[in-house]
Order: sequence, then structure tokens, then C-alpha cells
Amino acid sequence: MEAAPKALSGSNPQNRLSLPASLGINVFFIIYSLLCVIPLILIVMVSISDESTVIKEGYQFIPSKLDLAAYRFLFEDATQIIRSYSISILVTIAGTALSLIIMALYAYPISRQDFPHAKFFTFFVFFTMLFSGGLVPWYLVYVRMLELKNTMLALIMPLLVAAFFVLIIRTFFQTTIPAAVVESAKIDGAGELTIFTKIVLPLSLPVLATVALFQTLTYWNDWFLSLVFITKDANITVQYLMYKTMLNIQFLSNNSTAAAAITAAGGTFKFPSETVRMAMVVVGIGPIIFAYPFFQKYFVKGLTVGAVKG
Amino acid sequence: MANQIAEAVTAAKVPRVKAIAKVKPQLNVFRKYWMFYVMMLPAIVLLVVNNYIPMFGIMIAFKNINYADGILGSEWSGLRNFEYLFKTSDAWIITRNTLLYNSAFIVLNLVFPLAFAIMLGEIKSRFAAKVHQTIMFLPYFLSMVVISYLVFGFMSDEHGYLNSSLLPAFGIEPVQWYFTKEVWPYILPIVNTWKSMGYFTVIYMAAIIGIDDEYYEAATIDGASKWKQMTRITVPLIMPVITIMTLLQIGKIFNADFGLFFQVPRESGVLFPVTNVIDTYVYRTFLTVGDIGLSSAAGLLQSVVGFALVFLSNWVVRRINKENALF
Repeated sequence: MEAAPKALSGSNPQNRLSLPASLGINVFFIIYSLLCVIPLILIVMVSISDESTVIKEGYQFIPSKLDLAAYRFLFEDATQIIRSYSISILVTIAGTALSLIIMALYAYPISRQDFPHAKFFTFFVFFTMLFSGGLVPWYLVYVRMLELKNTMLALIMPLLVAAFFVLIIRTFFQTTIPAAVVESAKIDGAGELTIFTKIVLPLSLPVLATVALFQTLTYWNDWFLSLVFITKDANITVQYLMYKTMLNIQFLSNNSTAAAAITAAGGTFKFPSETVRMAMVVVGIGPIIFAYPFFQKYFVKGLTVGAVKG
Repeated sequence: MANQIAEAVTAAKVPRVKAIAKVKPQLNVFRKYWMFYVMMLPAIVLLVVNNYIPMFGIMIAFKNINYADGILGSEWSGLRNFEYLFKTSDAWIITRNTLLYNSAFIVLNLVFPLAFAIMLGEIKSRFAAKVHQTIMFLPYFLSMVVISYLVFGFMSDEHGYLNSSLLPAFGIEPVQWYFTKEVWPYILPIVNTWKSMGYFTVIYMAAIIGIDDEYYEAATIDGASKWKQMTRITVPLIMPVITIMTLLQIGKIFNADFGLFFQVPRESGVLFPVTNVIDTYVYRTFLTVGDIGLSSAAGLLQSVVGFALVFLSNWVVRRINKENALF
């Protein structure tokens, strides 16, 4: 779907809104769109403000004095930021790739009408959408049974199989892969795995791309798994780093050289904590903002791929 | 007599023959489709570990867990954990908060995105409509940690934009937002609607675009007003989408958005009476306080009631219109 391709009212000029109404709607959307961007602008402006001005005047859209001290401070000792970034990127890439492969491998057999156990295995995955054991047993499985606390696997494994996406992929396979194609490939002597990799996957790129984008976003934006499973500062993701920064600005400066440099530069022991906090968010959301125009285009396409029916 | 015995014997024999006949095709299925099982294996293992084993773990709620004996070895405590839970005032508060907030979210996530989708369709410049739609989608891509910062930027007690600039401009005294209970039942729904607006708008817009133009053409000829067209054509024709989206949310009415209630109020204890929901309660009693009995009891109630609600809502929809039911 090309987003918003045609007007609701159709081509008939008689069926158009009156000029004031039309104008009103346009103004309304301009205001709402501004409301979506303004909070981000405020954060960016605070991050490039001068610390003492912020303390005096509060957060301002147009700061009376600009200063990049917050960013200088952040990159003085970027060890933690670089580490967290690496972990986030690694978890996102590995998680998305693995989850796509595993979900597609599961979705294909349950999409095949001739597979007698398709119904059972469809229910097997669908049921996880209806009922869950809750946080406590789930946590104990990962921490006591598998002993995955403080490992990267704990950040990847829980999000690998999402029932909703499995069912979406299954529906796509069912509706777009003609049974006759699979049948003729079988007659030619192709094995199930060959059929899957050579015929089914290449035909399913649209749905796979959509699910991959959703999973990328899920992994990148996840902070809950870090909150629950990670207790060592060295292993936290960017999202969790932002959360910790909010709680405790000191967290960024466990390295004393950074603190010393700030002291030398500013002559006070106080970190530019207000601005550094906001600079941390700007550094943290950078990739999402750049990827977002591209992402949203495919999201819109993907949301219309097909509805699920259990 | 002999006849009867013979009958009984054959009767007893028949099931055995049947059983053998049943096993054989099963084996054939495995032989024919063995590759399918290999393909499904990774996901099966993950579902068992991540979903099914924890389901059996709900027995924790009926036990007096002690780590030395393990989960299976710990003694049963009957409904003791639930008794404790209902003796606290929290049980009522978290249930009320979860249900009320989620009900508000369901209504808001229907009314506003639907209205936005219809209005976007009325914008003549397709380019402008697309730009608006793209920008509206932005908050959906931000994590709750970031959203929490954005809210903080406006509402911080000391430096927030509201307290430092906006309120003084109107001569209003600064408000200690993170210590004022009364405002949060409005702030949280606003933040939630703001974040999910783009997502739901796209879904309803896609449904509206699927409507045949001729309906509107005919309505125009009959002199139907815009409002009439909306209530008599647009909304009825996208009813299936509305029902499915609402149903999906009603099924999850007992599951609060943990991020929203955990990150955005910044864990301000003063606000707990209006921000504590089942999910945050389970998290805090389990991982902060360390009370495994209380938290698992609350978690189990959430799962069971949530499960019942999915079926109930689906049943209601089936009664009204079978086509729209989820399963």
C-alpha cells in the first residue's frame, strides 16, 4: 500500500469538504504533528545548552547560552557507551536473524494443508498468546534452571519466538504459495528443506522483511530483559544505560579521568548532570531517528500484509 | 452364554486391532514428514522453555517456596499466598488500576485513531497527508525509557518546561508533578494515546482505503452529508477491523503495559496508588522485595482471569457476529 493514496471522498468534486472545514483539518494535523516532534526537540535543545543556564532558567526550547560540554563529557570516557552500543547492536542483529529463521522454519510446516499435525502445532504456538505462567516462573526458568543471568543469551532468547509473527508468516505462506508449485517440486524429487529454501522463502520476502523490521525494533528498544536479567554494568544495552543514567548520573562517570577532566575544565566538582542526561538520550535514540523514515514505510506496508485468524 | 463370551472377546479384541491400525499411519506420518519435525524443533524447544515450563510453574503460587528444597520439593501451602494477597490493600488497587487504565486505553485507541484516519482521508494534498502520517508514527518507534525522558523534560519538578516556562506565563504556581497523584490518571492515557496513535491510525486507514469508492459516489448523489457518510458507510464497513483490534486489546485487559507504568512515573512512591498495576506489583514484590509467594499469586490471578476474559470476549463476539470472532 502506498500510504494514503486516495482521498476518502473519492473523485467527485461535489463530495468535498467546505473550505473552512478543510482548512481546520489541515491546521489540526499540523498542530498534532508538531506535538509529536516538540518533546524530542526540547531534549535536543537541553542537551546543547549551558549547564548553569539550564539550572537558572529550566529546560528551554531556545536556550540563552549554548554549550557542548555535555557531549564532551560523554565522550571523554565513552567506554560504557561504546560497550553498551556494541551489546545492543549485537543482540539486535543476532536476535533478529535467529528469530526470523526459527519462526519461518516453524511457520512453514503448519502452513501446509497436507501435514496431518499442522493443526496441533498451530494451536501449540497460538496457545502461548492466550495463557502465560507469569513473570515469576518465567524468571526462575531463565535464572535457576538455565542459569543465564548476566549473559547475552538472556537478552536474545526470550524474544525469539513471537506467536503473533509465527501466525502472520503462516498465513502468508498459506495464501501466497500455490500448493501446485510445492506439489510439482516434490514430483521432481525436491526434499522439503529444498522446497522451503528455494521456493517458499524467495516468494515470501515481503512478510519476512516486515517481521524482521518489527523484531529489530523490539530488540533495539528492549530494556526489560536487561532490567530483569543483567546485574553487571558491563553487560547492559543502550536502552538500559539511558534508564540508569536517569536514575543516577554518576553512573556514566565511574572512570575518574572523566571526572578529573571536568573538574579541570569547569573548576567545579559538579557534573553538567542536567545536560549530560539529555545528551545521553540523544546519543541513545540517534539510530532509531535515522532508521525511522525507512522503517515506517515498511511498517505501513507490513501492517496491511494480512490479518491473523487462529 | 458361549455366544456372549465370544461377543465380549471380539469386543475386547477390536480396540487392540484399532490401536495397531492407528499407530501405523502415525509412524508413516513421521516417516513422510520427518523433515518438518526437524524444522520445527528449534521453535518447539524455545516455546517449551519460554512458555510451557513457566505454565507449570504456576504451582509456585500454591507453595511455600524455599530454594534449598527446590520448587518441586517445597511444601504445599494451599491458598495461603492468595489469602495474604487479598489481605493487602494492594490487591484491590492494582486490579482497579489495571482494569480502569486498560479500559480507557481501549476506548482512546479506538476513538482517536479512527477519527484521525477519517480526517487524514479528507486532506486534499496527498503529500501533506503522508507527511502527517509519517510524523505521527514517530512516537511508536521510541522505547519507554525515551518516552519517560520526554515526559520528564516537560514535567520535571525543578527544570521541566511546564514549571519553568509555561505555567509561570499563565501565572499558575509550579506543580510538583511527580508527587501529585491527581494528575496521573490523565497523563498516562495521554502518553499512551500519543505513543500508539500512529500505529492504530495506519491500521484504520488501511481498512478505510479498502472501501469501494462507489458507496461514497452513491451517497453524494443521494445528498448524504459527510457526517452521514462517516456513520453510515465508513464505520459500518470497517467494523470487522474495529472488532478485531478491540477484541485483541480486551483479551489483554489484565496485562498492563509494564514500561508505561514503570518508566513514565519514574517509580515515584507517592504515585503508587494511581500508577501501580498488576505487572509492576508482581515485578516489585518479586524482584525488589523478594516475596515469591505474593508475587506468584498475583501473577497467577492475572494469567487465569486474563485467559478467561479472552474466551469471554471471543464468545460474546461470536454470539453477535461469527465472522468477526478471533477463533
